[in-house]
Amino acid sequence: MSTVRVLVGTRKGAFILTADGKRERWDVSGPHFGGWEMYHLKGSPVDPNRIYASQSSSWFGQIIQRSNDGGKTWEAVGNKFAYEGAVGTHLWYDGTPRSWEFTRVWHLEPSLTDPDTVYAGIQDAAIYRSSDGGQTWQELPGLRQHKSAPVWQPGAGGMCLHTIVLDKSHPDRIFVAISAAGVFRSDDAGRTWQPMNRGLRSEQIADPTAEVGHCVHRIAMHPSRPNVLFMQKHWDVMRSDDAGESWKDVGGNLPTDFGFPIDVHAHEPETIYVVPIKSDSEHYLPDGKLRVYRSRTGGHEWEALTKGLPQSHCYVNVLRDAMAVDTLDPCGVYFGTSGGQVYVSPNSGDSWAPIVRDLPSVVSVEVQTLP
Amino acid sequence: MIRVVLPAHLRTLARVDGEVKLEIAGQVTQRAVLDALEAAYPALRGTIRDHATQQRRAFVRFFACAEDLSNESPDAPLPDPVATGAEPLLVVGAMAGG
Repeated sequence: MSTVRVLVGTRKGAFILTADGKRERWDVSGPHFGGWEMYHLKGSPVDPNRIYASQSSSWFGQIIQRSNDGGKTWEAVGNKFAYEGAVGTHLWYDGTPRSWEFTRVWHLEPSLTDPDTVYAGIQDAAIYRSSDGGQTWQELPGLRQHKSAPVWQPGAGGMCLHTIVLDKSHPDRIFVAISAAGVFRSDDAGRTWQPMNRGLRSEQIADPTAEVGHCVHRIAMHPSRPNVLFMQKHWDVMRSDDAGESWKDVGGNLPTDFGFPIDVHAHEPETIYVVPIKSDSEHYLPDGKLRVYRSRTGGHEWEALTKGLPQSHCYVNVLRDAMAVDTLDPCGVYFGTSGGQVYVSPNSGDSWAPIVRDLPSVVSVEVQTLP
Repeated sequence: MIRVVLPAHLRTLARVDGEVKLEIAGQVTQRAVLDALEAAYPALRGTIRDHATQQRRAFVRFFACAEDLSNESPDAPLPDPVATGAEPLLVVGAMAGG
């Protein structure tokens, strides 16, 4: 029987949750790297025992950990993220120029074909690639050197490159999302990049339809339909049917279209999930109710999923990297909260149960489906 | 023999228990100690001082002989008791961060 392994990054360590395919009884391992912020852990799709983890602290900076045995043991690998060439400036919060400065790795995206190749999205926004299992990192500088970069500005969480989406059907294609610059796409393996923000509208910037400057929170793709992308923006849930060339609003009947994560069902490419949050200044759930919203129509029409989730006095948040799906049938959906709960739905969202309730604040959730 | 006491998180990262002992050829300075420390324990590179600038990370302190040496020149000689191994150099996580 298949098993699932859930990789949870929290503000104070990592946890690994495992279960068989029923996803009812869970083994909890951790904290790993206790006391450190674990922004993201993700396994290689071609070698699930190869897992990469971003470990950081304000005391001691950035560490990258690598496991070759599914998270049982770890080794620290390379942590030097040097910008290539002239560093240049972007805009600071007050609108003045500020030099690019490395802060942390937000997201690690292992290659779809090679377990030794992995991409890293960092703050201040840039993308790096390692082809030696994380020992050394090379920037793909064309993104940071894009002509629009001098006017990129940080979102509240810093100017972070937080989302990397690879496309198996177009091996040289990479999507990234940056807060608050927007979506960029490369079709030449990261050498050159183009903004992909047409159709986005952000009232928080001077020109609401500007080419760059949008606070994209997350984008998601189903591998069977690589030209269809879904986006949770600062406000607005969006969809592209042309690989990011244009976007349209599919927020429909959501109670609020602010939020952070968005994900796609493993077997139904038109079934998507979001967790609406009350507002950009109130980073908690509306009405004290933890509701995942599911659309089976690729947007516009949404239903609240509440069975097994707290429906009173609940004011947690769910961050952008803290939702994931497994590939079992029925599809499992997972998310973690700022209150330290990790929930699972083993039936595509129809009902939910907590796996753990009292972890440190959850930053990221990834799941591996193992044979 | 130079003695260095690391904070708990860095001992875990370097996989050491207790004090670290280092041989330093030549003058014993912060830079010489950190160079030797990072050579012996490469996982510590970037955690105490910046990879590129070699500047002390903001939330790291260097103490020895009940003195705060954090803002001394990295090329200044460390106190004699540290250079002779009578006293350790303490690498400390500041009362901040987290």
